[in-house]
Formats: sequence, C-alpha cells, structure tokens
Amino acid sequence: MKLPRSLEAFADRSQVFDLVNPAVRSPKLDVSHGTILYLEDITVSFDGFRALNDLTLYVAPGELRCIIGANGAGKTTMMDVITGKTRPDSGTAFFGQSIDLLRLSEPEIAQAGIGRKFQKPTVFPEHTVFENLELAMAGDRRAWKMLCARLTSEQHDRIDEVLALIGLAAQRQAPAGSLSHGQKQWLEIGMLLMQRPALLLVDEPVAGMTPQETERTAELLVSLAGQHTVVVVEHDMDFVRSIARTVTVLHEGSVLAEGNMADVQADPRVVEVYLGEPA
Amino acid sequence: MSDRSLVSRLMQHDLGSRIFIGVLLLVGLGMPLAHLLLPESSFLHPSTYTLSLVGKYMTYALLAISIDLIWGYCGILSLGHTAFFALGGYAMGMYLMRQIGTRGVYGDPVLPDFMVFLSWESLPWYWQGMDMFWFAMLMVLLVPGLLALVFGWLAFRSRVAGVYFSIITQALTFALMLAFFRNEMGFGGNNGLTDFKDILGYDLQATGTRIGLFMVTALALGLGYLACRWIVGSRFGRVVTAIRDGEGRARFIGYRVEHYKLWLFVFSGVLAGIAGALYVPQVGIINPGEFAPLNAIEAVVWVVVGGRGTLYGAVLGAVLVNYMKTYFTVAWPEAWLYALGTLFVVVTLFLPRGVVGLLEKLRRQKA
Ligand SMILES: Nc1ncnc2c1ncn2[C@@H]1O[C@H](COP(=O)(O)OP(=O)(O)OP(=O)(O)O)[C@@H](O)[C@H]1O
Ligand SMILES: [Mg+2]
Repeated sequence: MKLPRSLEAFADRSQVFDLVNPAVRSPKLDVSHGTILYLEDITVSFDGFRALNDLTLYVAPGELRCIIGANGAGKTTMMDVITGKTRPDSGTAFFGQSIDLLRLSEPEIAQAGIGRKFQKPTVFPEHTVFENLELAMAGDRRAWKMLCARLTSEQHDRIDEVLALIGLAAQRQAPAGSLSHGQKQWLEIGMLLMQRPALLLVDEPVAGMTPQETERTAELLVSLAGQHTVVVVEHDMDFVRSIARTVTVLHEGSVLAEGNMADVQADPRVVEVYLGEPA
Repeated sequence: MSDRSLVSRLMQHDLGSRIFIGVLLLVGLGMPLAHLLLPESSFLHPSTYTLSLVGKYMTYALLAISIDLIWGYCGILSLGHTAFFALGGYAMGMYLMRQIGTRGVYGDPVLPDFMVFLSWESLPWYWQGMDMFWFAMLMVLLVPGLLALVFGWLAFRSRVAGVYFSIITQALTFALMLAFFRNEMGFGGNNGLTDFKDILGYDLQATGTRIGLFMVTALALGLGYLACRWIVGSRFGRVVTAIRDGEGRARFIGYRVEHYKLWLFVFSGVLAGIAGALYVPQVGIINPGEFAPLNAIEAVVWVVVGGRGTLYGAVLGAVLVNYMKTYFTVAWPEAWLYALGTLFVVVTLFLPRGVVGLLEKLRRQKA
C-alpha cells in the first residue's frame, strides 16, 4: 500500500503543502536558446547505488539523438527522470528554458509535450489500433468531457495520417493485442505522435524486430526528426549507425563521450568500455 | 437526438444487450399483466410471492451491474459494494419508518418504535426531513455517492489498487455493519428497520403497490443498464478500459487515472444505492446484515458466474445464482455456502468468461 508514502510527503516540512502552492500551469515551451532538453548534474541512487551520477546532457530541437551504453548504464533511468517517473536526488531538468520537469507530475509532463516509448511495447491490447490512437490523441483529457467526446473530421484525418505513417492502415480495426511485436512498437510510436510531442523518447525500439522491421523503424524515426526532437536508446549498433547524427555514450550513470558516430567509435575510452564489442 | 435512436445506437452489434432489454420488457410488462389479467388457477399466473421474488432479483441485478461496471471495465474489485446497497436501503427504510406514524406499537406520531423503546425524547438530526419522499430519495443518491467519493478519493489518490483495495472495501462494509448493529447509532440496531406500512400513501401490501414497485424496479434496471452501456461505449469508457489494461500507460498518455476511477466508482456506488432503495420496500426490512462482507463477496460471485465485463452477464449471473440460492435455502439451507463455493471454483476453473462466455463459444461453434 502506498499510503505511508503520501503520509511521508505530508510530514515532509522542507516545503509548504502541495495544495497551498499555486498550480504551475505549464508555460509554453521556449526553445529560443537552441536547446530543448537540459539535464544538469542529475544524480539518482537506489539504495546507495548511483544509477545516474552527475549526468549532464543537452539536446537541441529537431535533433535525432542516439544514446548508447552497456546494460545498466542508466539509460532507462534517465528517461524515468525526464518523464517524472523517478525523482532525482539532485540536479535540474528543464524542458526548454522555462519548464521545470522536476516540478511536474507524469501526466503534466506528457501534456507539456514529452512522449515516451517504453522498452516493452505497451499498447492497449483490447482496443483496436484506431482506438489506441484515438486514446492517445492530444486534447482535453478531463473525465466528464470524455463522456460526450466525438471525433471531429480533422481528428479523424489526423488518425488516418498517423496510421499511414506507421504503416498500419490495413490493421486499423484489428485489436492491438493481435499485432506482431514490430507492429506494436510502431503503434506505440504512432500513439506518441498523436500527442504531437515536441520531444520523443524512444527506448530500444528495434529489440526483437526482424531486419525488415528494423529497417522500417529506422526510416520512420529519421522521417520524424526535424519536426520532432527524437532521443533513441538502442543497443543495436548497426541500427544506431544507420540513423545517428549525434551519439551520446553513457557509462555508469554519466556521459562518457559525445559526438558523431565516427568520433565516438574512435574514442579510446569508448573502445575500452565496449571491449570486444564492435563499437 | 431522439431517445429511440440513442438506445438503438447503444445496442448496435450487441446481441446480449438486445436480448437483455427484450427479456426485461417482457418481464417488466408481462408479469404484472399476467398477474392482473390471468385467473389465479392459470399455470401462467405469477403469484404475489413470485412477483416480489423477481423484483428482488432485479435489484440484485442492478447491484451486479454496478459491480461489473467498475470491476469488468476498470479492474477495480470492490468487495464492499453492499455498503452502498445497504446505505441506499437504509435511506429508503428511514422514509418508510417515518410513514408509519401513529400506527406503530407505541403510537408515537414522530418517533419510530425502536426510539420510543430506547426512551429517546426526540428525533436525531439525521432523521430530520426523511419523512419527505423527495428528500429521502435525494439521500438515497447522496449518501452512497458521497461515501464513494470520499473513500474513492482517499484510495485512488494514494494509488491503493488491486487486492489492497479489495481488502479495504471489505473493511469498510464490515465497519459499517458493526456501527449499524449498535442501538445508539439510531438505525434500529440489529433489528434494523421494518414493519413498514405504506409508500407515498399507498399500502405496501396492496397488489397495486407491489406491481408499481415491480415496474419501477424493472425501469430502474433498464435505465441503469443503458446508462452503463452509454458510459462504456463513450470515449470515457475506452479510457477506463485502457486504465484496466495498462494503468501506467494511461497515465503517461496524460489521463488523470484517479479522476476516471473516482467518477466511475461514485456512479457505481450511486447505482448500488438505488438498487438497495428498491430492495427494501419489496422485502419489507433492512438490517445491518445487509452490510455483511459475505454478501459483498456473494455479489462478486454473481458477476463471475454470469461473465465479467459484459453487463448483461452480471444480470444473468445475479438471477441464476439467486435462483439457486432461493432453491437451496428452501430445500437444503446448510448446503448453500458450500454450493456457492463450489460454483465459484467450477466457474473460475472451467468458465473463465462465465456463462455468457460459454454461450458465446457455443454460438460461434454453431456458426
Ligand atoms: N527501481 C530500481 N531500484 C534499484 N535499482 C534500480 C532501479 N531501477 C534501475 N536500477 C539499477 O540502476 C541501474 C541502471 O538501470 P537502467 O535501467 O537505467 O539501465 P539501462 O541503461 O536502461 O540498461 P538496459 O540496457 O539493460 O536497459 C541498473 O544497475 C539497475 O539495476
Ligand atoms: Mg533500459
């Protein structure tokens, strides 16, 4: 039961009660300084183990950024911090100049424009492909509004457009649970796109995909960059090589190297960490 | 949009719902007509006993729908829905109590018998206004609704879910039962409220009143059913099932999961309260036994037996199990709980989607 935790929050007097604080209406995303994501000195520890250790990372708008790193390097934890699932022990995380991610809840961050694709595909299996996209659509999410919500023709068109983009137009009425693994991954990317996010976080999109599916995914992600900022975590080096402009190497919770693929591959520290692996 | 087209839209591609509404119309209109028109000797003439029995089943069916709405569609398993049912019942019982007036054993014009017996001087504040039908009906909706709101708000906000939620709902109904057993609570202690005389001036024993109650119950069941259909067919309903299948995902997409759960829970609680309010005048008594945790579990078994997540399955389960119960309590009362347990085990093992699931499978095999 999570009750004790909320009691703890209540007893924590290092800040005033949440309910007294004025609600922070998430301000408009401001990328005028040429950076959409700022992570500075982020530290996360689990029982003393530092999953992220003074991590500092900047991402520019429209970029397609690949994050690589060995198992347990902290890639997923970094995404957890950005999306509000895990609160860091210290550090700052800003979305554009003005949106403090550490003050927002998970749904608020999603509404501010950060979409996330999980490592495991998590679509709604009982809903059709179309309904999955409908649910993910940007818009008013208040409960009572949903009782009478109907799709406008623009919204319908938007869903069709995304269906075409992710290549699932033929499966629109199929239950999402019946899709192949790769198709589920695309559907999930499609669901992210329905929210028109400025920043897309994609965790291991091609794990378990066939080579053809991997290729399709690479095309899809490349086509999204520019309009969206895309951050991809991936182990598959061929895949990374095929899409990457800038690569960041994480190691033991901090950035080990950053740059274009060729430079990173030539970096002796990276070679050392990836000893034996064809980095 | 006219009602007709709304109703037909709700039941598009939904054979189960159409059968249910058809049967309900047949029962709701046919049984009263047969009772009035056919001679008592006729095989088809339903006795007053049958009429009130079916009326009771219909209130159980409404309770079952309210449970299926939150459990089948949102994955919230409440093992304390009898709390809302009984509170609705008590609100109705209080109204009926105050209608007795001087006809009670002690003949007090205001105080119900049990209060005179406890030598209370005046009516407690929470009995005020309950002599007015509209006010009592408002309480039928408000009391279960507010309890569901406060309880649900605390539970969902702290993200209490799964089996923990089920356990605290059991605790809730158990605590209410203990409270209502106490004489000082002012709800008649373990005898509860009974010896009702009339409702809105109509004699509760009169055939006309019984038929009226029967038809109102059928109407409430039908409307409650359609309201649930409407909810689960709306985008709200799709969000709710999405929460059932992937709560974390729904949260990431930006839905305030707690709010959805809360409003669904409140609506479900109100529905259960209405069922309780219709139950009391037809059985003629409400006592703390209605809060019993075992009853709450039994109501969940109805839904399991009928088939979870279809609404009409819940109705079918409520009727089937209670028909069995009526049979057992006459023929072999000690065996009922064993039969119920066996039924539960058999259904969970062999009919994971209940009787409705079985029927659907047979239909598909034939096609
Ligand atoms: N909730 C948690 N409690 C304790 N330790 C955790 C928790 N979450 C992550 N860790 C640890 O933190 C480290 C970083 O985990 P993380 O999942 O971020 O790695 P990753 O880079 O995504 O690895 P992978 O490539 O396997 O997905 C791991 O050693 C992991 O065991
Ligand atoms: Mg990971």
